[in-house]
Amino acid sequence: MIGRAKVLAAAVGFGLVLAGCSSGGGGASAQASVAQARGPITIWYSNNEQEVAWGKSMVEAWNAAHPDEKIDGQEIPAGKSSEEVIGAAITAGTTPCLVFNTAPSAVGQFQRQGGLVNLATFPDGASYIESRTGAAASQYKADDGGYYQLPWKANPVMIFYDKDMFKKAGLDAEKPDLSTFDNFLAAARKLKSSGAAKYAINPAASSEFYQPQFDFMPVYAAESGGKQIVADGKAVFNDAAGLATANFWKTIYAEGLAGKETVQGDAFATKVSAMAIVGPWAIASYKGKVNWGAVPVPTSTGKAANETYTFSDAKNVGLYSACKNQATAWDVLKFATSQEQDGDLLTKTGQMPLRADLQKAYPDFFTKNPAYTQFGDQAARVVEVPGGPHTVEILQILRDAYTKAVISGEGDLQQSLNDAADKVNALLAQ
Amino acid sequence: MATTLTPKPVLAEVPARRGSEHRRHRARQSFLGWLFSAPYLVFVAVIFAYPLGFALYMSVHDYFFTAPGVNVVRPFVGARNYLKALSDPAVLRSFGNLGVFLVINVPLTVVLSLVLATLLNRVVHARAFLRVSFYLPYLTASVALVGVWLFLFSGSGLVNQVLGPLAPSPPWLVNERLAMPSIALFVTWKQLGFYILLYLAALQNVGTELYEAAATDGATRWQAFWNVTVPGVRSATVLVLLLATITGANLFTEPYLLTGGGGPNGASSSPVLVMYQQGIQQGKPGYAAAIGVLLVILTLVIAFLQNKFGGERD
Repeated sequence: MIGRAKVLAAAVGFGLVLAGCSSGGGGASAQASVAQARGPITIWYSNNEQEVAWGKSMVEAWNAAHPDEKIDGQEIPAGKSSEEVIGAAITAGTTPCLVFNTAPSAVGQFQRQGGLVNLATFPDGASYIESRTGAAASQYKADDGGYYQLPWKANPVMIFYDKDMFKKAGLDAEKPDLSTFDNFLAAARKLKSSGAAKYAINPAASSEFYQPQFDFMPVYAAESGGKQIVADGKAVFNDAAGLATANFWKTIYAEGLAGKETVQGDAFATKVSAMAIVGPWAIASYKGKVNWGAVPVPTSTGKAANETYTFSDAKNVGLYSACKNQATAWDVLKFATSQEQDGDLLTKTGQMPLRADLQKAYPDFFTKNPAYTQFGDQAARVVEVPGGPHTVEILQILRDAYTKAVISGEGDLQQSLNDAADKVNALLAQ
Repeated sequence: MATTLTPKPVLAEVPARRGSEHRRHRARQSFLGWLFSAPYLVFVAVIFAYPLGFALYMSVHDYFFTAPGVNVVRPFVGARNYLKALSDPAVLRSFGNLGVFLVINVPLTVVLSLVLATLLNRVVHARAFLRVSFYLPYLTASVALVGVWLFLFSGSGLVNQVLGPLAPSPPWLVNERLAMPSIALFVTWKQLGFYILLYLAALQNVGTELYEAAATDGATRWQAFWNVTVPGVRSATVLVLLLATITGANLFTEPYLLTGGGGPNGASSSPVLVMYQQGIQQGKPGYAAAIGVLLVILTLVIAFLQNKFGGERD
């Protein structure tokens, strides 16, 4: 027995020694030289059909003109989420040069890991980003003043509704008044009581950290007039706008207008719910299934559409530090986000490039596709997740409070929001 | 010149030579022993000891993963991560949930797999079909089976339709009291085939003469089962207990998928799910490692007790 214990202790000790020795070394000098290097690069893009089509055509266009600096375009490897795949690749040093699917909520952690290149270190880095995206670029600026992501495209979250179900419930299917909380709730009650739909709306009631982006945050952004849930290093989601938002959703759950169970597949596309709160990326999946319309998210006072903010649901581009030819990668990044390529992205995916002059830049597209005009307009008023390395933790704290106080309806709502805000403030103070 | 002849210590030299040969023989054997053990020792060192050592190292540092070559300070924090874990309501709740899971899952696994294995051992017709039927859920990916259970246990699912007015509200998987028991039932059902297989193997070693002797003594089927089968497969029972506990302690997929991330309100979160959230999603692997080490210690204590009270005494 003693022998076994000794062997075990020795084995664990051996492990500890190896662990202690495994910390990496190196420095920033190598990084500086690769910043000037040119040559072939690898990029990852999202694996949905529309973005793959855009990615392939962009790569083809670049490669035709740059035979010495070719791009190897690949779909992002499968995993629980893109962020986990990228995070693991950063640790292993196997990230590609560019990932056209970098979630803003993960950027702070990637930056802390040393996985991202500060784009502001390129001579024209900051000016390119700011001239392309305009004032909205400031939401993507890191605390150190750098840009560790290029704001690429937004999916401004709006309320989609099923025109056929609205007609069945006796509601105006062409111009439904869903602008105020009261009107939204009245329509939702009618949809449910008429039997037109099982649920009026059905955002996922699950506990994942990213879910607030599709229930609390869009409505809070609208109700607060464009505030992030954290401002000046303090949580603000427990203010009057936050309470109104939480009360709105609490009523929806309390009256059974939304389900609390996991629905397999898309509840809106499968006609389980009459409304969805989502961005235009989902339109492709509704084709041939739902006769849809879209309106801005509601507010307590019914703000006009051109004053209503929402959550961006943006996906950005990161240039990763494992890249050996960063000068080429930066040129590719500018090429892939040029007016021409942005136009191709808009046409192929229906997602909104984060450009200051979006509707003016692509008048033909919006004339031919009037249904997208409101998304183009809404893209000018989008709110992002708070930046920094604690984003995911902040969102999880908010989600935990939300599932308990709003979805389950337990405890005092204001107190729950205050408690969550205190936790976030304590975290941010560390 | 006087010469002194010293008599050769013949009798003393023989044992000395033999001792030396014996030592050489033992050294040779020892060397061969280490040589043959080396692949497994290397395997243990690389696959088990290194990760465990690394986990211990991470758990006492403010550790986070970085890109290769990035120099960062990961200060030693001593027991801070452990103290934080032991005072974190989410962590404590996850361990409590795990307790509920194990209390339901482990005994149910042992009893059902033993009873079903005993019955399957007696079946003459369609034996292979029945064995495969029980084994099939074990072979199927949880992700696929979760879809079936979501359908069965939803508010309007088959189970609630059968139960009618007795159906719980809120439904099973979104009910704070029933979410974890539902997961325990799911895992029991899914893993049963594997444990049945273990018991079937053990049952082949229980001599038929023991059953004949019991029958001669007038034992009923139940008495024969209790007095012959149960003691006869005792070592398999300890193995099932240990494996079910260890597998249960690693619970992750089911709360992640079946109850949407440990819901409702953390009622079905497990320590491994919390580790995943903290270590992978929130970028705090040092803290996650501390939770992991606590889980390993807890599992070892349970396994020790199971072995002590359930193991062979002879």
